[in-house]
Amino acid sequence: MRKFCLLLVAGLLLSLTAQAQTPEEKGLAIAIEADRRDTGWQDQTAHLKMVLRNRHGQESVRETRTRTLEVEGDGDKSLSIFDSPRDVKGTAFLSYTHALQPDEQWLYLPALKRVKRISSNNKSGPFMGSEFAYEDMTSQEVKKYTYKFLRDDTLDGRPVFVIERRPAYKHSGYTRLLTWLDKAMYQPLKVEFYDRKGALLKTLTAHDYRQYLGRYWRPDHMRMVNHQTRKSTDLYWTEYRFKSGLTARDFDRNSLKRAR
Amino acid sequence: MKPWQPAALGAALLITASPALAGEWTGYVSAEARFFQNDAKDPRQHGGNLSLAAQPEYYAEWDQGRQSFTFVPFARWDQGDPERSHADIRELTWLMAADAWELRAGIRKLFWGVTESEHLVDIINQTDLVESLDGEEKLGQPMLNLALIRDWGTLDLFILPYFRERTFPGEKGRLRFALPVDTSRPEYESSRKERHVDYAARWEHSLGDWDVGLSYFHGTSRDPRFTVRDDGQALLPVYDLIQQWGLDLQATLGDWLWKLETIRRSGQGGPYQAAVGGFEYTFVGIAGSFADLGVIAEYLYDQRGREALTPFADDLMLGARLTLNDEQSTELLAGLIVDLKDDSRVLTLESSRRLGDSWKISLEGYLFQNIAINDFLYSLRRDDYIQLEVARYF
Repeated sequence: MRKFCLLLVAGLLLSLTAQAQTPEEKGLAIAIEADRRDTGWQDQTAHLKMVLRNRHGQESVRETRTRTLEVEGDGDKSLSIFDSPRDVKGTAFLSYTHALQPDEQWLYLPALKRVKRISSNNKSGPFMGSEFAYEDMTSQEVKKYTYKFLRDDTLDGRPVFVIERRPAYKHSGYTRLLTWLDKAMYQPLKVEFYDRKGALLKTLTAHDYRQYLGRYWRPDHMRMVNHQTRKSTDLYWTEYRFKSGLTARDFDRNSLKRAR
Repeated sequence: MKPWQPAALGAALLITASPALAGEWTGYVSAEARFFQNDAKDPRQHGGNLSLAAQPEYYAEWDQGRQSFTFVPFARWDQGDPERSHADIRELTWLMAADAWELRAGIRKLFWGVTESEHLVDIINQTDLVESLDGEEKLGQPMLNLALIRDWGTLDLFILPYFRERTFPGEKGRLRFALPVDTSRPEYESSRKERHVDYAARWEHSLGDWDVGLSYFHGTSRDPRFTVRDDGQALLPVYDLIQQWGLDLQATLGDWLWKLETIRRSGQGGPYQAAVGGFEYTFVGIAGSFADLGVIAEYLYDQRGREALTPFADDLMLGARLTLNDEQSTELLAGLIVDLKDDSRVLTLESSRRLGDSWKISLEGYLFQNIAINDFLYSLRRDDYIQLEVARYF
């Protein structure tokens, strides 16, 4: 309902002030439209293979299975189960994300059979030793950022909006993010991340988008390059499935202990 | 092995051989070396040892993941102490999960609690003490467990039909009491001995920043008292029937984790209470790096004081946990436990790092300093050691 109200307000703003729309209003309106187009998938499962590369080109691989439950009016719930490296196999990470409140996170350690509630303040920390931070992997709620439309442009021949986002939540590792948002899909093709000192830290590019259920766009491949360390991480997504009938019960502490 | 274990093992092997299940084998093998700084007090005790262990794991699921079967045998061979060479079935479980309940039958391992220095509330599984001094390695426990999952939390009900005796280092082993424990002649309060049926229940719930658990146990105590054998050459474990209430609580407030575990036990001497509580504060991204540094402080209390069956009756634990968040998952945990009455000190170190994709190297160390003559740990005063372990995961 809150989302709907927000949409209504945004719609009114759009129609009433189309001429006098500020860059901030236009940026927000685009973010709301992107969110609207990606609403209603209910639940999603996928297999994720991460390839980490250091500056010498040495590779290491991590594999996880992820499940996400769409939560209307709040951040999503997600569960990641690690398959490799083998020493962390069966480790599972449960997260209830929120727009501005701290996320709730639990970690299951299979060797000890222990469920640990953990602090979610390490948003800027690396996810599984990769160039993706925790904050890059969690759901992108509209309220998590403030927005500013910068310009219309093209990227690799595709029309895009270029938008600046600034994190509105605490403990981010970024001052701002520049997003090249595809005008047809309303999905990012490229994101530049600027660190706390304002210097360019990382560039994310998303490749090989495919449409699911005739509506939702997901990339098969994402690549994050860290310009400061010259390390990179590639994410390869396969086996996307939507609307499998998952419920909140598949995202509780009991399911964490059963995760395999 | 216990008489029922070969039968369980046979059944497990039959099930895992069944092509219909199409399960998966994973697990690890490891080699470990312990180096002791000093010669032992007792000339029968060894001066250092090599040890090999294996823990394969079979897992199969069906019925769209609602049912599963898990089998985890474990075996260790130890060069120095025949009592440490042992085998166990850690898990042999069938699980059925529905919307509002989960049913588990078989041998299992589980964990209750929140604190780091001591695990007071965790009572279901017996400690496999020959495995590690910190008591975190456990023996598989036969059980029937029904979990009821409701809006007001999860209620777990347990029937525990068979008791597992604690393992102890033998006369040749290090890290033991001055007298070795004779595990061939345990004494039980119950006339049914290890066949006494124990019961337990636990409610747990998450409420915003708070995670809470309340538990009850009625049955044979996992930690024994001791009497001296008639010939005065060994200790005999005595397992009493006890009742125990437990409460565990964690508040997760930003970078602070506040933790408390407390128990009330009766049946083992007079009723008593014990508690452990404190905090863990994490400095995220220290010195501009991706490393996190956690600082831990916990106070350990036992109402029985010097009569307690634990060394930690009035102690303070201070710890530092360094997590590099690197590709090799490098971690280091250093701890100091000080007895506030007699100033005895235990220093601990645990550290691990992945090598390549499937190897892991771990370093562990214990230093016993200034151990008072009437302290529970006095017999360990010459057992400072460093342990190096290399494990291959498959």
